[in-house]
Amino acid sequence: MKHDFSELRLDRVTRRFAGAGGHAFAALSELTITIRRGEFVALLGPSGCGKSTALNCIAGLLPLSGGTIQLDELRIDTLPPEKRGFGMVFQNYALFPHMTVRRNIAFGLRMQGVPGSQIASRVKHALKLVQLTGQEHKLPGQLSGGQQQRVAIARAIVIEPPLVLMDEPLSNLDAKLRIETRAEIRRIHRELGRATIYVTHDQDEALSLADRIVVMKDGVVQQIATPHEVYAQPANLHVANFMGYRNVVELDIVREEGTRVELSGPDMRLVGTRKQMGPGTRAVVAMRPEEITLGEGPDGRNTIVARVDNVEYAGRDSLVDVITSSGTRLHVRATSSPALGDEVRVHVSPERVLVYPVA
Amino acid sequence: MLLLFIYPFIYGLALSFTPPKGDWLANYRTFFTSDHLWPTIWTTLKLALPATIVNVGVALPIAYKMRIKSSYQRWITTILVVPITLGTVLIAEGMLTYFGPKGWLAQFLQYFHFYDGSIRLTHNYWGVLISLVISGFPFAFLLILSYITGIDPVLARAASTLGADPFAQFRHIYLPLLAPGLAMCFCLAFVQAFSVFPSAVLLGAPAGPTRVISIAAYEAAFEQYDYSLASAIAMIMGFVQLLIVAAVLGLRGFFYRGPVSGGKG
Ligand SMILES: Nc1ncnc2c1ncn2[C@@H]1O[C@H](COP(=O)(O)OP(=O)(O)OP(=O)(O)O)[C@@H](O)[C@H]1O
Ligand SMILES: [Mg+2]
Repeated sequence: MKHDFSELRLDRVTRRFAGAGGHAFAALSELTITIRRGEFVALLGPSGCGKSTALNCIAGLLPLSGGTIQLDELRIDTLPPEKRGFGMVFQNYALFPHMTVRRNIAFGLRMQGVPGSQIASRVKHALKLVQLTGQEHKLPGQLSGGQQQRVAIARAIVIEPPLVLMDEPLSNLDAKLRIETRAEIRRIHRELGRATIYVTHDQDEALSLADRIVVMKDGVVQQIATPHEVYAQPANLHVANFMGYRNVVELDIVREEGTRVELSGPDMRLVGTRKQMGPGTRAVVAMRPEEITLGEGPDGRNTIVARVDNVEYAGRDSLVDVITSSGTRLHVRATSSPALGDEVRVHVSPERVLVYPVA
Repeated sequence: MLLLFIYPFIYGLALSFTPPKGDWLANYRTFFTSDHLWPTIWTTLKLALPATIVNVGVALPIAYKMRIKSSYQRWITTILVVPITLGTVLIAEGMLTYFGPKGWLAQFLQYFHFYDGSIRLTHNYWGVLISLVISGFPFAFLLILSYITGIDPVLARAASTLGADPFAQFRHIYLPLLAPGLAMCFCLAFVQAFSVFPSAVLLGAPAGPTRVISIAAYEAAFEQYDYSLASAIAMIMGFVQLLIVAAVLGLRGFFYRGPVSGGKG
């Protein structure tokens, strides 16, 4: 298998399964994306949205129901997995329980018929890369979860695959180890420069690791963009919800000028920014708790009057719930902790009030 | 419970050392010096070992092919359970009409002139061997199938992404993980085949080539009324079985024995 490529092109990749009552449903529909060499792409979405399906289709573990996959000029979607040679890290590691760490890592090289002397040095190098030197004679059952994870990564990258596929590799680790291993994965990616597709349902992981994020829902791509863009400019309400825009309020449209929208409700008037066009005289605004501030806005604009309903201390700041007179609940991150029952003013800048059509 | 197993064994052992005439080892001396008795060990081994090897060897690839759950897996398993429930005597009856000199198989082959010589698949070595395979195969198959389906298929998928074709997946993943189970299956199938008696009498040539060790024991007990000698033969039979089982299980020690999933520990 070739060890490098300039583009991996997925064209309308679709996978259907027989669902309930014999109706076929698309676990993945029309995924189209071009992945460049060295790029780190995260597939992000809630459980069951088709992330693993997409990854298995790319790896060759699942045949496609439609579409094509091309590695530069080579069409690969008809090849079996062993002919594609992509390294894959499985969610539950899938280490060979009867082989030592060394033999697990050497497995791919042995399958490729690499001479023994080379195997030894490459395995040694991989062990060093994942910082497992000294553990090579243990069986997987004798390792901790984090160590097993690193063996799985070493096993996938030692064959120097053109593409590394990772299916929620950190989901079995505890919070601290997850953050450490995340940094590790980032470092290994930087050192080797292999294109990587990384599946996760954790937006923090996707944001911190990826060059580009593919947000999915029910098998359909919602947005493909850089972490910053996905975070700050979600393409639709699903993405916004998923990226932590917890305040969602439906309002009447008063005036619309370009992307600038004026909206009003029984107890608030807001100016927001259009993110997705839609019909109707009503719209939904989405706001992030971190971007709503306690206090009055400049000239009193985009200010909402509300009563404090709940305060949750969260260390550096507090999570404050406020309720407007008509009963709309808003979540606010505040550095000061107002008293329960107080009447407060909160404001949010018009750029951070994102306007979407009513679902 | 213990009494149920230990008592008959101790009783038999004691009985085998107390022959009606001669010193305490007389029975064993008789067995190993009589041309009529000691070759039965080889006769039995010549039947039991090939039957076991065929059963395990054929069951393994078929079970491997059928490891993926499907409706036809369920059908095949159901069909294969039938010979187990039928028992050896019924199988022997069936074989006599099917494989016998005037049986369906012979008539079929001769009718179409595939083979015109006389076909003897009953009342000889082959008859007994075939019946051992028929009665032992389903058992070996079901046991191996249950071992195989216990192995996480994600391991083979992982191997395939590392460049292992289906044969290499079998050779490097399934086979080593199955080895201890195969050894166990071999032992059980062997012990079952070694104590062959009904089919050796009904389908074999009990006077000659299929005079197996259990027939010798039967004759000693119920034709010569020498229970002491019969016990000695039974002890020898048990000892030979133990030897083979110990050898196979000893080999098992060389293989990995542990959990067969690749998940987190
Ligand atoms: N072999 C299969 N047969 C039928 N349906 C399947 C099969 N595999 C997956 N599905 C369905 O396809 C959809 C997507 O599954 P997939 O495993 O890709 O989700 P996922 O995004 O990886 O979720 P998670 O984060 O929980 O792993 C689900 O609704 C699932 O039930
Ligand atoms: Mg998944």
